[in-house]
Amino acid sequence: MKDQLGKVYRAIGLPRLIISLFLLALIFVALGTELSVADLLSDSLVRVGMNGIFVLAMVPSIQAGVGLNFGLPVGVICGIVGTLIAMELSLIGFGGFFVALGLAIPLAIISGYLYSLLLNRVVGQEMMVGTYVGFSVVAGMCIFWLLAPFKNPAMIWAIGGSGLRVTLTLADNFAGVLNSSLAFKFLGLNIPTGLLLMLGLVSFLLWLFFRSKPGVAMEVVGRNPRFAIASGLQLNTYRSLGVVLSTVLGAVGYVVYAQSFGFVQLYMAPLMMAFPAVAAVLIGGASTKEATVLQALIGVVLFQTLLTVAMPVTNQLIQGNISEIARVIVSNGMILYALTRTTGGEQA
Amino acid sequence: MSVPVLEMKNISKSYYGTQVLKEINLTVKQGEIHCLVGENGAGKSTLMNILFGMSVISQTGGYEGELVINGDIREFGSPKEAIAAGIGMVHQEFMLLPGFSVTENIKLNREVTKPNFVSKVFGHKLESLDRRKMAQDARTSLDKLGMSIDEWVPVAGLPVGHLQFVEIAREIDKGNLQLLVLDEPTAVLTESEAEQFLEVIQRLANSGISIMFITHRLDEVMAVADTITILKDGELVKSAPRQSFTIAQIAELMVGRKVQTSGRIGVHGKPAKDGGAQKRLLEVRDLKVNMPGERLRGVDLDVFEGEILGIGGLAGHGKIALANGIMGLYPSGGQVRFNMIDLPLNNPKAALDLGLAFVSEDRRGVGLVLEDSIANNIVLTSMQTQEKFLKPGPFKLKDITGIEEHARRAIQQFDIRCTGPDQIVRRLSGGNQQKVCLARAFTQEPKLLFVSEPTRGIDIGAKTRVLELISELNRRFGVTIIITSSELAELRSISDRIAIIYEGKLAGILAPDAPDVAYGLLMAGKSPEEVGVQ
Repeated sequence: MKDQLGKVYRAIGLPRLIISLFLLALIFVALGTELSVADLLSDSLVRVGMNGIFVLAMVPSIQAGVGLNFGLPVGVICGIVGTLIAMELSLIGFGGFFVALGLAIPLAIISGYLYSLLLNRVVGQEMMVGTYVGFSVVAGMCIFWLLAPFKNPAMIWAIGGSGLRVTLTLADNFAGVLNSSLAFKFLGLNIPTGLLLMLGLVSFLLWLFFRSKPGVAMEVVGRNPRFAIASGLQLNTYRSLGVVLSTVLGAVGYVVYAQSFGFVQLYMAPLMMAFPAVAAVLIGGASTKEATVLQALIGVVLFQTLLTVAMPVTNQLIQGNISEIARVIVSNGMILYALTRTTGGEQA
Repeated sequence: MSVPVLEMKNISKSYYGTQVLKEINLTVKQGEIHCLVGENGAGKSTLMNILFGMSVISQTGGYEGELVINGDIREFGSPKEAIAAGIGMVHQEFMLLPGFSVTENIKLNREVTKPNFVSKVFGHKLESLDRRKMAQDARTSLDKLGMSIDEWVPVAGLPVGHLQFVEIAREIDKGNLQLLVLDEPTAVLTESEAEQFLEVIQRLANSGISIMFITHRLDEVMAVADTITILKDGELVKSAPRQSFTIAQIAELMVGRKVQTSGRIGVHGKPAKDGGAQKRLLEVRDLKVNMPGERLRGVDLDVFEGEILGIGGLAGHGKIALANGIMGLYPSGGQVRFNMIDLPLNNPKAALDLGLAFVSEDRRGVGLVLEDSIANNIVLTSMQTQEKFLKPGPFKLKDITGIEEHARRAIQQFDIRCTGPDQIVRRLSGGNQQKVCLARAFTQEPKLLFVSEPTRGIDIGAKTRVLELISELNRRFGVTIIITSSELAELRSISDRIAIIYEGKLAGILAPDAPDVAYGLLMAGKSPEEVGVQ
């Protein structure tokens, strides 16, 4: 019995145990307030679905030995461009959604490859360099948003008539197409079936990839580059593949995120998008060297539920807007914690 | 006769129960050049570590016996104490700061200072350097060595040979130097530099400083030594004046041990020497491999189908580089033909595709993915290079059941002690890890298998098993094997022929039952004919 418990404990790991217990405590507290727990959990499901693919995007880069993909905004920008073009063409419903994806993915492949060429030149510094690549790309794209030749009057500034607005609504295009499809109510919870199916599908494909020959090769490259060379593998090829996959997932993740959110936010909005995803995958038990699809999923559930539940509950209990501060402390603290340890896996 | 500078009495030392030194007695007289010779692992470094008070010794339980310096029993707790007692050491690797001048290097941390205004207020740590005096001191030391280099030039641009002299000058400059230990000082020198170097140490010895000289070059020993001490397997074999030795005798005493040369040649009835009738599987021509610390400088070698070829030689002479070079892991040049096909160098994939496999000497670094399971480690290379263990279909998914079945068979065949195919390789013992490496190589079904240092760091029981496995692969499956090892006895027990590498070149090829003398001489860079031994 004791052995069994020990095994379970080791499999879960202390950080996840603490966070889960904290989460449960918050939900109990919420029960005692006038907040609707069902609504909180429904919101959590939506946020898990919205952010899940961003978190999955961390897995290929970690497994290829590049580390956490702090340059996720590179993929996000591709997703934004795809979405914007679909909007410019006034496409609606699933048509718009798939056109946005269809445009975003090739863009992400190209930009991901270019980004990987840079990362392959800075081996050992990828995470640091990636962070600044993300920042630079977001800043650089600000000029593009101003100069891009979009003509749809719903998208450009009303006065002056050129340059994209800061926040665009997707309400007339494909806002909520996934969230509302096949959605049903269960015990007072709104289940966004389409959104969760999308996350499930992407997770399954990624899991399948890591069981294929190139996926196995990528793992070997990440785990022991010298063994990989001795087995005739080209390190840079698989590192690039990992970065491209991660960037593509970032782009797909954005389109899914945008349809759920209902808005596209431009200019400096994508700047910090990598950080919640990084924090989530680390909370899930990944390290900078090892990550699995399951860890990403566990991580996004814990992290997003915590945020969704913690904010209103703390607002109820404490006057003033402490919850936003708490969120920043939790997510950045988690990143700090995980980056200082190299082991990960079972001990993380 | 004055008191000897150094006496070692009954020095014994063991690391974790393994005895590495056994009752060593030796005496170094004033102004004597005392040469210490022995194979790698004979205990030379441990002996010098004891003498120099290195912390490895005290941390592993100290040593037994007495160290007598100038008639006083001493035990040094740190190199600092040894230096204070007049012992100097010049290491194989240079410990010099490249950007500093010769003077600054010689005087490092022992700078001559003079008081100034600030130091009078704040203490002597802030005194300024007396560069004139420092330069004079450095000059004096360099002159003692007969060195003409200027004391003000930066060390960075000096030739390697001069760096050695700067190190020695630094030791001399310490003033109280009585015994200078030189650990393989000539290994990095060219021939003329080495000659000059030997002159210098003779000059030093004449000035009354005793010298303990560790080297593998036997002609140097014969040229300068007053006394020669031979160590073997932690025991002192013989310590006597030079006149009582010949090169051949030293070589024999260094190598000779209770070798049971197995009956391998007789059993298999294979011609041990170059038989023209046999097929050449691998032809190596002028192979140069740039492997740091194990450079290969042009080797010609033929390997015949079905044989076990041993590669021996001392550490640092390049024996390990042969396999690493051919497998494309280190930059190399020259021609290699395998099975009548030109093997492209610097291309690991090409070598694997042609049917070569490699069990690396760096088991944990190159040989295994430590965080992965036994099953995956065994199949990874085959899966990636030969598309084995994949399910049919466009996605090339790995065949989990096939992998597990294969792993179970391999675990049985190679006698890997583990909890199952899913066990993480990091948790296995060294011997079992090595068996996993062999199983991986064998899964590739190679025509030619390189095995480097297969028994390094594994316990004796596993050692025998690993060697048995290697010879079984050869016998039952006809795999040609090139085995590299630092342990000569091991090579002699399983090889058909043994090639000895000396300073990056092939010194010669011997039969496993060749006399010890021949091995000792080749490993010291002498051909037996040269010395007149058969």
